[in-house]
Amino acid sequence: MCGPADTEPMPRVLLIEDDRAVREGVALALRRQGHDVAAAETGEEGLERLRSFRPDVVVLDLMLPGMPGLDVCRAMRALDQTLPILMATARGDDVDIVVGLEAGADDYVVKPVQARVLEARIRAVLRRVTAAASTEGGIPKIDTYGELAVDRAGHSVTWRGVPVPLAPSELRLLLTLSAAPGQVFSRQQLLEAVWEHSYHGDARLVDACVGRLRAKMGEPSREPRYIQTVRGFGYRFVSP
Amino acid sequence: MARAEPSGNWRVLVAYEDLSATSLPDDPFDELTPDLREAVDSGLATVFQRVNTGDHTSLVVGMPVTFAGEENRRIASGVQVFLTVPQATEQRYVDALVTAVERATVPALGLAVLLALLAARGVLRPVRALRHATRSIAEGRLDTRLAVNGSDELADLSHTFNETAAALEESVAELRGMEARARRFAADVSHELRTPLAAMSAVTDVLDEDAARLDPDTATAVRLISEETVKLARLVDDLMEISRFDAGAAVLHLDEIDLAESLRRTLADRAWTGLVDTELPPPDAVRGRVDPRRLDVVVANLVGNALRHGARPVRLCLRADGEGSAVIEVLDSGPGIPDDVLPYVFERFYKSDTARTRTEGSGLGLAITAENIRVHGGTVRAANRPEGGAVFTVELPLRRDEPAHGEHL
Repeated sequence: MCGPADTEPMPRVLLIEDDRAVREGVALALRRQGHDVAAAETGEEGLERLRSFRPDVVVLDLMLPGMPGLDVCRAMRALDQTLPILMATARGDDVDIVVGLEAGADDYVVKPVQARVLEARIRAVLRRVTAAASTEGGIPKIDTYGELAVDRAGHSVTWRGVPVPLAPSELRLLLTLSAAPGQVFSRQQLLEAVWEHSYHGDARLVDACVGRLRAKMGEPSREPRYIQTVRGFGYRFVSP
Repeated sequence: MARAEPSGNWRVLVAYEDLSATSLPDDPFDELTPDLREAVDSGLATVFQRVNTGDHTSLVVGMPVTFAGEENRRIASGVQVFLTVPQATEQRYVDALVTAVERATVPALGLAVLLALLAARGVLRPVRALRHATRSIAEGRLDTRLAVNGSDELADLSHTFNETAAALEESVAELRGMEARARRFAADVSHELRTPLAAMSAVTDVLDEDAARLDPDTATAVRLISEETVKLARLVDDLMEISRFDAGAAVLHLDEIDLAESLRRTLADRAWTGLVDTELPPPDAVRGRVDPRRLDVVVANLVGNALRHGARPVRLCLRADGEGSAVIEVLDSGPGIPDDVLPYVFERFYKSDTARTRTEGSGLGLAITAENIRVHGGTVRAANRPEGGAVFTVELPLRRDEPAHGEHL
């Protein structure tokens, strides 16, 4: 039905999943959607393929034999801060979701998942990287907020002149919030704007991402200067 | 008492006709009453009389002096002898006795009452303990036991009570164990089903896409597998959800939201906006700290249920009750819920007809709805409207004053 888009290069997906049937099924479905898929059985193999395959996005099962999925996630983040990572968790493993998000995953899907849902999530996380760039037409547009400089066209953020590598969700969240300094965004608004989830999506995505963003921006944990929590309402970006 | 009375106080009067002599000179002999005199006159026997004069008591003995006549007949000589014995000592004895009895009675009575109370308490205390223990058992504290003292009937009863309680506790523990095992089994089964289902779910879209190119029989079979896989995945999903509630592992992720907006979005996400009439307050009029995902499940299940089993128009209402809770009502215009079904609508897999016809839902929708409301500390009830149709009423605490973030319940 929806074949590969002719204009865009085929997104390369690294799938790390230990169950053979699930791995084959998901790989088959993603290939049919036009992806170039590499499948790995273990976390170690996945990390190995990361260098050779150079994926655009990683779909990582959290329940892996040997090296746990969470450790794989952390190891990948240590290698590449900007790589889009999508966790796949089994329903019921609720605690892992928060830890996985804190470990740096951009989004998650709960298995069993239909191919079109997984595909939609992959597209959404990839859009976080590309969407803003194409609209700005590549002309550098740099906004500075105190010690923070955000290049909206080039997708780079510097803090005190040092580049801050951001994961796609973190970047999109910062771009969304900083586009309207002072405006309060509810978690639901951010879920829709950044993650393209429904209004009733998992607000922990927002909270975990805000936490990661603050840490990367060197925010003091007690009194964040840029991204502030508005109790009962959500978050706002303020320019110091 | 055996003491000998000195006879010094005894006085004697001897009378014959109008003459008399006394043992003491000029003794008036007041104790002698005309009654006694007459009694002695008219008979031959000795007569006694107790006489009270003033403050002292005397015993007066009157005796006619007789002699033997013909044929041994006794003939009164006319001489009469009277003896007066003062009874002061006896009186004192009696008085002393009365006093002694009086003095003894009050403490004895008190002691008796005390003993009676103690005895009663000895009986009542175990009875009271038994009553408390019975109530305790009734309130579900099955480990309640009585202390057995002594070997009377009450001790027997306490012993029997303890045995019964132990048997009850054991049975209940066994039932709970069985129920826990059954639930555990359901959780394990659904857990185990996830992996094969994950593989199957991944490829249903591939089957759907290619079905059109297959020969009709194969296409039908392939579509069937695809559709049922989706249903099975949903059922397993619901089973996992209910298992988490059973295990107490359901976690609330509270976030303060505008409830009217949430309800609107629930309808919009499922393309129900045009199918349902709404009575919602203006934006931000009813804000509350809820788990948005769970609220979505609740509203979607209730409205979905109304659209499926009730009849249109279906109405969704939201209002604040003024006491820190939101009230959500879902009303339909169908035939309502049969009275015999009404108490069971929130039970798992409850089907109103025994044929167990399969419906679109998993059979767990309303049970999950009820659990989702319960973890919020809210309530849900189902009823029939007098004007026809069913109404589901949800009361959800708004918790706006509570501190933030992921609470385990």
